[in-house]
Amino acid sequence: MGSWKAFVLIRLVRLALVLAGVAVVAFLLAKLSPVDPIDAYLGPDIARVGPEQRALIAQKWGMDQPAGVQFAKWFSSILTGDLGWSVTYNASVADVISERFRSSIVLMGLAWLFSGIIGFSLGIWAGANPGRWSDRIIRLYAYVLAATPTFWIAILLLIVFSVGLRWTPVCCAAPIGVLPEDVTLLQRLHHLLLPLAALSILGIAQIALHTRVKMIEIMQSDFVLYARAQGGTTLDIVLRHGVRNAALPAITVLFASLGELFGGSILAETVFSYPGLGSATIEAGLRGDVPLLLAITLMTTLFVSIGNTIADVLYHVADPRISSASETWREVSQ
Amino acid sequence: MTVVFEKPPETPSLERVRPVIVAMGIAVLLLVAILLAASLTGMSGLASDFQMRLQPPSWQHPFGTDMFGRDVLARTIKGLALSFRVGFLAAGISVVIATCLAIAAASGSRIADGIVSFFIDMTMGLPHLVLLILISFALGGGAAAVVIAVAVTHWPRLTRILRAEILQVRNADYVAVSRNFGRSRWFIARHHILPHLVPQMIVGFVLLFPHAILHEAGLTFLGFGLEPGKPAIGILLSESMRYLMAGKWWLGLFPGLLLLVAVLCFDVIGNGLRALTDPRGGRS
Repeated sequence: MGSWKAFVLIRLVRLALVLAGVAVVAFLLAKLSPVDPIDAYLGPDIARVGPEQRALIAQKWGMDQPAGVQFAKWFSSILTGDLGWSVTYNASVADVISERFRSSIVLMGLAWLFSGIIGFSLGIWAGANPGRWSDRIIRLYAYVLAATPTFWIAILLLIVFSVGLRWTPVCCAAPIGVLPEDVTLLQRLHHLLLPLAALSILGIAQIALHTRVKMIEIMQSDFVLYARAQGGTTLDIVLRHGVRNAALPAITVLFASLGELFGGSILAETVFSYPGLGSATIEAGLRGDVPLLLAITLMTTLFVSIGNTIADVLYHVADPRISSASETWREVSQ
Repeated sequence: MTVVFEKPPETPSLERVRPVIVAMGIAVLLLVAILLAASLTGMSGLASDFQMRLQPPSWQHPFGTDMFGRDVLARTIKGLALSFRVGFLAAGISVVIATCLAIAAASGSRIADGIVSFFIDMTMGLPHLVLLILISFALGGGAAAVVIAVAVTHWPRLTRILRAEILQVRNADYVAVSRNFGRSRWFIARHHILPHLVPQMIVGFVLLFPHAILHEAGLTFLGFGLEPGKPAIGILLSESMRYLMAGKWWLGLFPGLLLLVAVLCFDVIGNGLRALTDPRGGRS
């Protein structure tokens, strides 16, 4: 049990180191950018601001100091919980992120859940009947979908369901012109439908491919042969042996794919103008809103790294012989 | 005494190789189309023709025309050429980075190994797209920024595989024999270890290539990639967004479809190559 605690502790230390490393790299990248933060802050007012005022702004923000000092100040204020001020949204970064995160987490959480449940079921089905027609169709679906750009799927959904059939709204998280407190749950779900579909379709493909491979392995194992010899039906074997053994790898993959989930949500939110964390990332990047961009970077790193850490721990649980996530070629292609 | 019968390794039968051959055929077609497009559609396809604005697909313009009357097929192929160039460079640089870091990690120094594994954790801990946006933001956008951003985000998995490969080969008997013959580390690295990495590097390159293309298109679509004037697939699709509501579906459908076909082809080829090089038979 002692080694078990040590294992988790080491993972947590690594997590903290990764966060610190990402903070340094992200800060350096933001410094490197040709976009001048004062210009970005002033926007169209730039013509009315003289050099003296610029110098004053620079002094107030501590921009006249060396980069090392700036980094130390920024990093220590982050540690105390002060994320800074977002020029784009004219609100504190913490407020922007918490508000955006609330609408994004619904989207990402549901997509995560759906891709897990549906992908796992499809993978089990395909893996239990390898070579059959159902397996071929599921495999074809998964292969094609794994190679499809998320934003193109989103555009296709938009063309078919919003423009062609007019079943779903074209954009946003709520009807235009309705006060936020008047929006009903049904309207929210209606607006969530397409982004959710776009995001889930890809996740499903990945989980299905992984589970299928695992399931084929399980169905060829000795204990399944033994169960068959005892007279178990295929359905029996799949439910009692297959699902149980394939579940942990699938959950592990789910946790390891949080980064892709967030990347997908950036693209899907952009296509559907869904006001989530993803579209805030894009705005921050395009307008040179450095505090917001850095805060989002750190937050998503925390989010994804925790997912990776959980996946690593689960790998350890699933197979104590593996010291860390197993490297297979399958993962190169993701 | 026990006799162990080893199951003969699965030979790549025609059934298994067929998709790869089909994919190669399509890939060659695409490459030919790109090369031909450079000379054929050079002017006529991309010229604006306001009489032919936003025409639906027809025999004359199989993919329809865009808001300036330009042929969407010609622009898509141009865009694919651009994507291929970016993807080729990015995947190539990625493989070089992966090889260097894998050699450093497996060189025997624990510190180097630790540093490389920390870099891997860091790169994998950030959502790729966020890192891509950050790098593109830092470099001010443009083709060079996209190539660098995509190359810098795609090396970790190949690095892990190459590192494991080197560690395995380094402990092989024939390397020990060679060392006992007094061969230098450099000689062993060049003649015994590097040749083993080449197949993995080629497979890695072919598998990274389609993903580099996908990420380039995504980044460009979001406005952080190639400049708006260029006929990149991402630009075509983001332009199409403005005309979707008016029912101009062909602007959004075809460029993405061709991109998907290209990505799928190289994915299938890469997986086929992997199955050929993997001594354990690979996974179907």
